[in-house]
Amino acid sequence: MQIILNGESRDVAEGMSVEALVLTLADDPRGVAIERNLEIVPKAEHATTLLEDGDRLEVVQFVGGG
Amino acid sequence: MTDTPFTVAGRTFNSRLIIGTGKYASYAQNADAARAAGAEMVTVALRRVNLSNPDEDRLQDHVSPDEFTYLPNTAGCFTADEAVRTLRLAREAGGWNLVKLEVLSDQKTLYPDMEETLLAAKTLISDGFEVMVYCSDDPVYARKLEDVGCAAIMPLGSLIGSGLGIQNPLNIRLIVEQSRVPVIVDAGVGTASDAAQAMELGCAGVLMNTAIAEAKDPILMASAMKHAVIAGREAYLAGRMGRKRYADPTSPLAGLI
Repeated sequence: MQIILNGESRDVAEGMSVEALVLTLADDPRGVAIERNLEIVPKAEHATTLLEDGDRLEVVQFVGGG
Repeated sequence: MTDTPFTVAGRTFNSRLIIGTGKYASYAQNADAARAAGAEMVTVALRRVNLSNPDEDRLQDHVSPDEFTYLPNTAGCFTADEAVRTLRLAREAGGWNLVKLEVLSDQKTLYPDMEETLLAAKTLISDGFEVMVYCSDDPVYARKLEDVGCAAIMPLGSLIGSGLGIQNPLNIRLIVEQSRVPVIVDAGVGTASDAAQAMELGCAGVLMNTAIAEAKDPILMASAMKHAVIAGREAYLAGRMGRKRYADPTSPLAGLI
């Protein structure tokens, strides 16, 4: 199925969890926040939240800034 | 005379210098500059994880949140909605309620849009955030921001990244005199004397990024800023002499040969 991840279209396995997706992006998921269809997915719900076709995901972290 | 500690939103700091983490040659240099500045609080931005390079150097591996208090910002936000969305994500990412709000108006000046800033401040405060707010040097809006519950008022000295110093010291002083929360000059500092001037005007602190990051020797400039903030603070507490139009001899007139 297709999701939009940080603005880019991406193929992911059916029923993939948010947690599994995050682990493909960062070896240390601390300091990362997830927004799914404009709603924040709290860390405690990453494992139980399953992606659906057409989901729009934003995965963000802290970077340098003034 | 002993100074009172610098307290913002119930948190106490020894250093009155807050520095940014943008524009450095590397995060390692950034960390060295932060230590040379004696900074305890650093501003950070929130951005998409780089999908094409997941092994990219990470800020937190060098400028650790265990060593420095992170102050997430909303740089790049031009509406209240974008700023609120960004800081909710920042709270989820780091767990921090203390944030730097800035809502900008246009790319050319990055001047704060005060109407949107006030709107965002109200929403964030009702959502449990402690808001340190970047604002224009307009005492009227500064008072409105304080009245809705902002934890610190942070007027610009001059435009972000301009290095033009404090363009309107009178307004900064008016804001200092009327405010019951800390006033921190944010943006515009170009060199050490600008930081000292902010402190001499009675500000509780100074926030800067480019003045250090774009110095030829950022570590040495960070150290200069540390001393400037301390010197300016002590001069403010000491109380400067009166200004006179004519000379007043320093050596005694009696006993002249």
